Amino acid sequence: MIDNTIEAEGLIQQYKKGPRAVDGVDLFVSSGEIFGFLGPNGAGKSTTVHMLTTLLPPTDGTGRVAGYDIVKEGPKVRSVIGAALQEAALDPLLTGREHLKLQAALQAVPRAERTPRSEELLYRVGLREAADRKVRTYSGGMKRRLDLALALIHRPRVLFLDEPTTGLDVQSRAALWVEVERLAKEDGVTVFLTTQYLEEADVLSDRIAIIDKGKIVAEGTPSALKSQIGQPTVEARPVDAADCAGVASAFGRFGELVPSADGVVAVRLGSSDIGLADLVRALDAESLKIENLQLHQPSLDDVFLAKTGRSLEGASQEESEEEEGDAAEAA
Amino acid sequence: MRGVFGDQVLLLARRSVVRTARQPANVVFPLVFPLLLLAVNSGGLDSATSLPGFPTDSFLAFALAIPFIQGALFATMNAGTDLARDIQTGFLNRLALTPMRGVALLAGQLGGVLTMGVIQALVYVGVGLLVGVRLESGPLGILVLLAFAILVSVGFGALGAFAALRTGSGEAVQGLFPLFFVFLFLSSMNMPRNLIEIDWFRFVATVNPVSYLIECVRSLIIVGWDTEALALGFGIAAAITVVAVTLASVSLSSRLTRS
Repeated sequence: MIDNTIEAEGLIQQYKKGPRAVDGVDLFVSSGEIFGFLGPNGAGKSTTVHMLTTLLPPTDGTGRVAGYDIVKEGPKVRSVIGAALQEAALDPLLTGREHLKLQAALQAVPRAERTPRSEELLYRVGLREAADRKVRTYSGGMKRRLDLALALIHRPRVLFLDEPTTGLDVQSRAALWVEVERLAKEDGVTVFLTTQYLEEADVLSDRIAIIDKGKIVAEGTPSALKSQIGQPTVEARPVDAADCAGVASAFGRFGELVPSADGVVAVRLGSSDIGLADLVRALDAESLKIENLQLHQPSLDDVFLAKTGRSLEGASQEESEEEEGDAAEAA
Repeated sequence: MRGVFGDQVLLLARRSVVRTARQPANVVFPLVFPLLLLAVNSGGLDSATSLPGFPTDSFLAFALAIPFIQGALFATMNAGTDLARDIQTGFLNRLALTPMRGVALLAGQLGGVLTMGVIQALVYVGVGLLVGVRLESGPLGILVLLAFAILVSVGFGALGAFAALRTGSGEAVQGLFPLFFVFLFLSSMNMPRNLIEIDWFRFVATVNPVSYLIECVRSLIIVGWDTEALALGFGIAAAITVVAVTLASVSLSSRLTRS
């Protein structure tokens, strides 16, 4: 059987004078699986992809892609993988068709196959009509689709997609999800997908690893990860923020209080017998006025929150602010 | 039949030429600016031909060598700036993710520069002939001129590629332009070295390799077949090419840190 797996053991990337961008990542992705690599900005997702695709030699640790060692067998790894990196790196002065022609030659696709394969991919990603336009006239979604077509030109066995839907509209995102699913299910391609979108990881991935600050903090199927969290959470926002303590005291009787946004109190229900009505009655008994009350089933964000103490959205924001701060300092 | 490597080099060279052709400023400026400078210089400095010992009575013929070197300088900038842009946009990573050998990238890039170098040289020779310059070395001299233009373009193009690969910045590559122009102006571009009266200038022009590149082209136009000038010009151009290609190759290896 053809080996389309991805393996990593103790993968480390340490930049000079900096912290470890990736700090001992272990993972295994089976053949034909869609593996979601979820984490906030700066968590180490792209660095891991760069190491697995041979663009960046790891500081330590080992990795194999489709059976080839990422350090010792770089050219072999590159011949069986396709990759669409975070920025759709395209030449604005070339047309879509010219990109495919160049990529096919660089990937050593036999000459007779280049044109039919390019046409097939242009059709599949919906760029046939725009194929002879310069890329600088393409929208963000079109660039992403061309990027995907380029990654597929040589029929790779393993596909790396680094945040492929960032910045795309809902329609383009959905179209890309359909194509990625088709690649895995029909063509048996192993897909390693990094994303910061919870929904994307949840809907698309067979299995997920959550990475934060260079370390994998959780791994499993989306449903298994969510079931680890257990019971649903109830969130309440009092009309008067000063009532938060009272709400917390009332909620504390029904389960474990969990971190939440400012002005909001959240409790993970301690038993499946507890209903929303019980909490409403408790709040009413204390005469606490509530602006908004929500019950929600465990999500991947809850998993992230439980493992790191932060919400994924908050963590992304923090990272962005840190980056902005660093940039301001550097300026 | 072409192999995979040949295919890759040809397509990368084609990309380099297409990119240049689709940026009109990158085509027009390297062609027009040297010719404008030639027109201004040959008009203003024509009386220099009456100096005793001046090797020709046409300053236009004397100065026609300058556009060849200026054209090569522009080629350096274009090649370097394009490569730096590829680094900045991540396009180089796209190329690095293929099984392509690094040498194919460099050869393709230089192939594009070489093509532009030949086109420029043909335009300069054509303009020279149109305005009445007589090529003393004859038709064979045109072929030698083209060969020299190719060598100089590749050498200077490799210097541009080296700067781009080393710094990854288009601005840094463009920052070299004034430096190269200093070399050009401190050479024998406007006066034969033996007629430069200021000692330090004559010394600088004598140790400046650009002087010999210009004198090589000039000898084919106004002298005919001057073995010493040709040997020095081709020798220095070849040395620049070897050093620049080596530096660019080493920088490419460090830039493509792939395993």
